[in-house]
Parts: sequence; structure tokens; C-alpha cells
Amino acid sequence: MTEAFLWIEIDGINITKPKYDMSDKLPDKKRGQIADNNSLLRIYEQMLRIRLFEQKAQELYVQGLVTGSMHIYTGQEAIAATAGELLRETDTITSTHRGHGHCIAKGGQTDKMMAELLGRKTGYCGGKGGSMHMADFTKGNLGANGMVGGGLAISVGAGITNAIIKKNDSVTICFFGEGATNEGVFHESLNLAAIWKLPVIFLCENNLYQVFTSVKESLPVKDVSVRATSYGIPGITCDGNDVIELYDVLESAIGRARNGQGPTLIEAKTYRWEGHYTGDGYARGGYRSIEEIDLWKAKDPIARMAKYVIESAIADNELLEKIEAGLKDEIEKAIHFAMESPWPDDEDLYKDVFYEKEEV
Amino acid sequence: MTVIKYSQAIRDAIAEEMRIDQNVFVMGQDVETMGGVFGCTKGILEEFGHDRIRNTPISEAVIIGAGVGGALTGTRMLVEMQYVDFILHAMDQTINQAAKVRYMTGGKATVPLIIRAQQGSGRGNGAQHSQNLEALFCHMPGLKVVMPSTPYDAKGLLKTAVRDNNPVLFFEHKVLYNTKGEVPDTDYTIPFGKADIKRSGKDVTVIATSWMVLKALEAAEILEKQGIDAEIIDPRTLVPLDKETIINSVKKTGRAVIVHEAHEVCGIGAEIAFIIMELAIDWLDAPVKRVTSAQAPIPYSSKLEKLTIPSVDRIIDAVKEVMYIK
Ligand SMILES: Cc1ncc(C[n+]2csc(CCOP(=O)(O)OP(=O)(O)O)c2C)c(N)n1
Ligand SMILES: [Mg+2]
Repeated sequence: MTEAFLWIEIDGINITKPKYDMSDKLPDKKRGQIADNNSLLRIYEQMLRIRLFEQKAQELYVQGLVTGSMHIYTGQEAIAATAGELLRETDTITSTHRGHGHCIAKGGQTDKMMAELLGRKTGYCGGKGGSMHMADFTKGNLGANGMVGGGLAISVGAGITNAIIKKNDSVTICFFGEGATNEGVFHESLNLAAIWKLPVIFLCENNLYQVFTSVKESLPVKDVSVRATSYGIPGITCDGNDVIELYDVLESAIGRARNGQGPTLIEAKTYRWEGHYTGDGYARGGYRSIEEIDLWKAKDPIARMAKYVIESAIADNELLEKIEAGLKDEIEKAIHFAMESPWPDDEDLYKDVFYEKEEV
Repeated sequence: MTVIKYSQAIRDAIAEEMRIDQNVFVMGQDVETMGGVFGCTKGILEEFGHDRIRNTPISEAVIIGAGVGGALTGTRMLVEMQYVDFILHAMDQTINQAAKVRYMTGGKATVPLIIRAQQGSGRGNGAQHSQNLEALFCHMPGLKVVMPSTPYDAKGLLKTAVRDNNPVLFFEHKVLYNTKGEVPDTDYTIPFGKADIKRSGKDVTVIATSWMVLKALEAAEILEKQGIDAEIIDPRTLVPLDKETIINSVKKTGRAVIVHEAHEVCGIGAEIAFIIMELAIDWLDAPVKRVTSAQAPIPYSSKLEKLTIPSVDRIIDAVKEVMYIK
């Protein structure tokens, strides 16, 4: 499979799967050995659910039904979907402004998500959060974040609860973009997680851009994973569009965290297909060349996964089509649910500023 | 005079000041590329080159902290916060460093630092991208606070800010970027501490800031048809604040309504109302009223967002209340 999707070097950015295994603690597994077929199929389905959700969300945005800044996850689906498959319901995640995929992958319901995007009372946050604040505490999603790097320190706190207070073996995956690694809080969070050996997996989705700014301008190193060295924790760069590779890397890191061996920094190289936010006018061209965008579209994680499951006889075309039809139906129903849902009540404006006992 | 957009007024002010003073340096997130997210730095890279304007990583603390360091050493630092909400990453640099360094060094330090920040609600951006934080900075001695409501004011005040030797917080409003207005073709500046009477009237004084000035003017049009003549005052700079213009107006009308988009508690309205009480209580015919956003974070849902932002109707109601008109 790898051969069929050879990495190409773009603008000097090394995306040929360098592995920086700082502590030699990540076991060297053979590709795909650990993932069972059902797992892989579920990941495929989640990726497709995310993609279809995002397509519809964009349509709703263009119709003026979604407001503010909505950041589309298309192109990066493999990362969230694989992480979601490997986590238990009791595990937690912190998400980002580009968080729809994370929410779905952690078991989020597309109808409640659509309702949130439309600002309705039935949405995940009663319409008060919107795209950038989608959260589902019942499923361990501690929330998307409007602040770049906002989830980093929060994930460390979740690690304290699990490892120090509750002494369970739950873990937290902290999603963030490569841009967030330039915030001071990145340093503070990894340092604290490392010295206290907290069960946090820092999962950096390096899509090579922060709004209009390229990693070439903002990062002095080729791979974010080398930053792990400063904290004495394993740092590893992997192909963020390759489910099998992500599965291996994530499973090892999650295993370490569950065993009390502390945090890992994973960098998944990937690419966003759309503009930074919907409607910024730069989905194609602008600060990125069309050529570059198309090179990455050719590495579509979903198409790769479809090919893989068919070639390894995990599924046939018919099954994949059935999955897609089911998902399309689900998303249509989600939109219908959102459209039919009531708006928040006027009084909701003043509710939830503080915890009020009677509302529990 | 030429009619231009608020965003262009800002861009023109930056370019003109960069031409006048070689030591002006611009930095911020995405400022070099595609003219910035709001187009306020379009063409600056092309004209001045990479040594006068730089994209930064997403690192607010160092953007403002390096702004202080650059300013201390002779650079006129014109830095940008893409959204004011992100300045909260850099509060130490802003409040412990920028605001105090001159005082702490007994006047030895000079800090020509201008922090441009876009703020405000009205676009459905939710709780972390819609705030109005001016009151936080007004509270701290050592920072000047500017809030232009028109292209004319934006340009004239930004040029003054760039020439000022103190840290200045320059708050632009996301909803105003596309509004248009007349701007002189020749070089001009607007002094800090000089309020502008956007509409003169005799019955009631309405003091409004930023986007709310536009809403207050709209309210005044409607009130006029109902026989109420409102005077609209835009302080333009909150630090320094032009007390005189406000007080003179209140002495004339005997009534005051303050409109701001920031939350009510400890907002600039509280300060202005106190000043009116202190200096013009004997002229007041009614208690001062405030129209502000609810004491709750800005909600995402467009229905709730509309409810929290002061509306023309709420301004009209407040005016009628201080005039005891049912
Ligand atoms: C503290 C903070 N600074 C700046 C921003 C504005 N902003 C939103 S997303 C973004 C780029 C983030 O880049 P990255 O972390 O790589 O994530 P990506 O958007 O590529 O998924 C920026 C600068 C923000 N939301 N929060
Ligand atoms: Mg990025």
C-alpha cells in the first residue's frame, strides 16, 4: 500500500515518514498487524462520515445558515478517525477550532452537531457555542476551542485527574495544529505532562499552514516532533493521511500513557483541502499553489483507505457503497433535525454563566 | 475628500506613517500574506519589503513582548492582534511590561508601541472571538485606549497613535471594516482626548463608542421624527477621555445615555456615569442610563447574539426613559 501512495517531497518539507523515537520506547510493530478488520472498517466509516458532514456544513454556511468562522477538516480525516477508534468512551480529548472531525470521531452525533452549527437549542451547546466550541462531555469530548493552543493545558489537567486523583488508566488525546506549538502554553503543557508522567498524547496535525502563513515561515525545524526532545519524551512524525501508520503510532503512544509511562508527542503530516475558514476565498490558490493542493488531494486518506480495505479483502465495493449511502442518509436527517429544531429561548442568553444547582 | 472604507483608512494610515518614519515596523499573524485577514495591510509588503513588515508565528506573548523590547530600543512597533481575544495570551507583556516600564524606570523608558486589535460581536463568531475588552486596559495606568467609529477617525487617530511615545491600544471593529466615509486627501491627524460630537442636539446626550456610534445615530434619526433631539458624542479615545465635551453636553441637555457593546459591569459606562455624577449632578434631570451587552459571554446563536448586542430599539427606549416619555 505504501508504494502505491509514495510520499512526495514538497518545498523541502520532508514527508517521508521520519521517525524520531527519542526514548526507544515506542515498540516497532509491523504495519497493520495490530488493527483488526472491524476496526479498520469503522475507521473508514468515520472518515467518510466526517467528510460528508463537512461537505454539508459548507453548503449550509454558503446559504448563510451558519455564521462566524467555520474551519473545515476535510483532508485530515484519518487522524481523528483513527484516534477515535483507539480511544475508550472513558478517555477524553481536547479539540481545536478545526474540531468537527474530532467531535464525530469521539462518538459525536451529527444531528446535534448540525443543530449547533445552526444555533439551535437542540445543538450540543444549546446553540451558544457554535462550530468552534462543540463539546460532548458524555463522550469524553472536552470541547473544541476558539483559542489556538487552548486545549493543550486543559489536556494536562485531564491527565492530572486520571493519573493522580482517580488513578485510573484513562488517557487524553490533545489535538492541536502545528501553529499551536509556537504558543508559550505548548512548552508549559508538555513540560508539566512530562515531569509528572501524565497520560496525555499530544497529537499535532501538521497541515503545513496557519491561516495564510506557511510552516516555512513559522517553524525553524522541519518536523514538529523534534520538539519532544526538550521534554525527554518520545516524539514521532508519521503520515497523517495513512490510517495504518497512524494506528500503529497511536496505539503505541496510548499504550505507554495507559501504562503510566507518560506523554508522547506525535506529529501527523497532513493537509487541509479547503480554505482556512469557509468563505475566505482561498480554497484554491492564493497563498498555496494549485499544484500543491492537487498533490495533496491525490493523497486523499479516504481513497487510500478504500483501496486498502478492498485490496486486503476486508470489504468489497458493494459494502463501501452501502456504508456511504447510509451515511448520506444520516447527514440528511441531521440537517432536517437541525432545521426543524427550535431556536434558544430569550432567557437562555442569561443562563449558564454560573453553575446553578436546579439546572442539573 | 475621498470616500474610502474603514479598513482602507487603516491601511492608508499605516502606509503613510511608514513612509514618514523609517523606524515604523509592522508585525502580526498573517499581516504580510494576502493583505492580512481583514485586508488592513494590503500592499504594505510590496511597498516596504520584508524588513518593515513580518508575519509572526502564533505567539501573542512575544508579539507584544517583542513590541515592548523593540519600542524600548528605538523602533516604532506597530503590532497586530488578529482578534482582541488573543491579547489575553499576552496580558503580562501588555500590563506588567508595556504599561509600567516608563513609570518603573522613573521616566527613563519610552515605549512607542501601538497594538492594533480587531474586536466586537455582530458576526456570529461566538464567545472567544467577539469580545470588547477595552475596559480591561482603561483600568491600567500607562495605556492609551482608542476606539474609532468612522474611516476619518480611524485614519487620523491611527496616525496620531503611531507618532505617540506611549503604548496605545487601538481597537478596530470587525463590523466597521466595510463601512465607508469621507477622508481628506491631505495629511491630517486627530488629537487624543478630543471627543467628536457626531450629531448635535438639545434634548438628551448619548455617549457611544465604536460600532455603537452608528447605532446611536440611527436611533437619533428615528427619535427626531418623534420630536426628540439627541446629541451623539463619540469620545474616540477612552484614555485620555474628553470629560469636558461630555460634561458640557450633559449640562445643556440634562440627560445622558451611555451605549457600549462591552459588558455593563465595570465597563467604561460606569466610569463615564460617575464623571457625570461628579461634575454635572446639579444639571441632571434624570438618572443616567446605560445600554450594553448582557452580563454573559457573547453567544454563538444569531438569535441570542442579536439579543445581547445593544440595538437601535434599546437605545431609543433608554432615551425615552431618561426623558420620562412612555
Ligand atoms: C490564541 C490565538 N491566536 C490566533 C488565533 C487565530 N487563528 C485561528 S486558527 C489559526 C491558525 C492555526 O493554525 P494551526 O494551529 O496550524 O491549525 P490549523 O488551522 O492549521 O488547523 C489562527 C492564527 C486564535 N484563534 N487563537
Ligand atoms: Mg496548521
